[in-house]
Amino acid sequence: MEQIMNWLMEIASMLPQLFDGMAVTIQIFVVTLVFSLPLGLLVSFGRMAKNPVIRWIARAYISIMRGTPLMLQLFIVYFGPYYIFRIRVTNDYRLWAVFIGFVINYAAYFAEIYRSGIQSMPAGQYEAAKLLGYSRFQTFFKIIFPQVVKRILPSVTNEVITLVKDTSLAFTISVIEMFTVARQLASSQVSMMPFVAAGIFYYVFNLLVAVVMEFFEKKLSYYQ
Amino acid sequence: MNLLEMNHIEKKFDDLQVLKDISLAVEEGEIVSIIGPSGSGKSTLLRCATMLETIDRGEIVYLGEKAAWTENGQKKAVYAKKDRLRQIQKNYGLVFQNFNLFPHFSVIKNITDAPIHVQGKPKEQALQEGMELLRKMGLEDKADAYPCQLSGGQCQRVAIARALALNPRILFFDEPTSALDPELTGEVLKVIRSLAELDITMVIVTHEMAFARDISDRVIFMADGVIVEEGTPGEVFASSNERTQAFLGRYGKMLEK
Repeated sequence: MEQIMNWLMEIASMLPQLFDGMAVTIQIFVVTLVFSLPLGLLVSFGRMAKNPVIRWIARAYISIMRGTPLMLQLFIVYFGPYYIFRIRVTNDYRLWAVFIGFVINYAAYFAEIYRSGIQSMPAGQYEAAKLLGYSRFQTFFKIIFPQVVKRILPSVTNEVITLVKDTSLAFTISVIEMFTVARQLASSQVSMMPFVAAGIFYYVFNLLVAVVMEFFEKKLSYYQ
Repeated sequence: MNLLEMNHIEKKFDDLQVLKDISLAVEEGEIVSIIGPSGSGKSTLLRCATMLETIDRGEIVYLGEKAAWTENGQKKAVYAKKDRLRQIQKNYGLVFQNFNLFPHFSVIKNITDAPIHVQGKPKEQALQEGMELLRKMGLEDKADAYPCQLSGGQCQRVAIARALALNPRILFFDEPTSALDPELTGEVLKVIRSLAELDITMVIVTHEMAFARDISDRVIFMADGVIVEEGTPGEVFASSNERTQAFLGRYGKMLEK
């Protein structure tokens, strides 16, 4: 009993620092989603473009982003400006590098998810829209895209859950997010408790993500 | 003036010549049925007329305006500019074999969305006309339902209402009952018959021989990418042409009733 109280006290004493880390983690999470979801749609358009040059560029982009480790991409975005162009970066750039690295990486994954959804749409929907006189823009955003969203939601949920856990990679370029804080606390206090607290945080975060995404799926279940 | 004229249409899918020099004209108020065995090219002809497929050679003319034509030295037929095609497209509507309703729109939205957002009709007016159309289809209680909650026959009637809502001069039907069981087929055919009484110009690709015979001013029999025969239902159904007889023979007993 006393031991449990001790553990709880220990965790409570770390909470202020962990909260700071959480704030950064959530920031990375939100920024990545807000920018990579639309960017991914653009990339998927490129991937399906009629123009072979655009298609090839999008294809190469996706291939590289998916084919190399995210950690390596973070290093390149962070160290690249100095190593390649001898531009001195400030400390603030660390967080920017994380944002950029995550956004361009996740956009590639989302692009392929969009593509799978868009290509699974029956041609009849396009044909009906054409016969009714909808413009290409209207056809995509009124008819096709809402149905695509419904189709790809489960895959997007998967990706978003991975993102929550991937945010811990920011520690590799010394951005002080949740996991970085937990590691520092663990080594300074010679205790497992910070890791336990971090684990609980990631788990609860993902539980929330799952609940929210399930809510959206339910909302879209009014049609088949 | 003819509403639609298709002259010397040729269409190839890879090496398969699907349409071989087909010509067809439709007058205002006319009801034309196109019958023939599967693979005869009748659906392709309809898809070319509605510009869902492009033709290789020939000419498509709506109300005297050329939508597509053949130019010397061009491998494929030439089409009018995009904005002209959009204008020409307003002349016709199409009812698909598998309805192609928008599943995420309610029934009434399926019908009114294009009038509102394509034609720019005031919302109130579009809703009123949409409800009126639903009444005609016997579906006024389904306005707020979603397509997945309807039977196939109900879906097809919604699709017909959706096409009618844009007031087309000519309405094409691509095997409108082929995805339906006999009972549902009856209710859809009844609706199409009621349209015939309203003098709407219709071109109907169908396998319902009795229906084609009863409703049409003119019947076209197609086989192997050519028009074998055309004429009044009486002429075609009593034809002495071997190919026509071979096809209609199977329906003979049904029609004698």
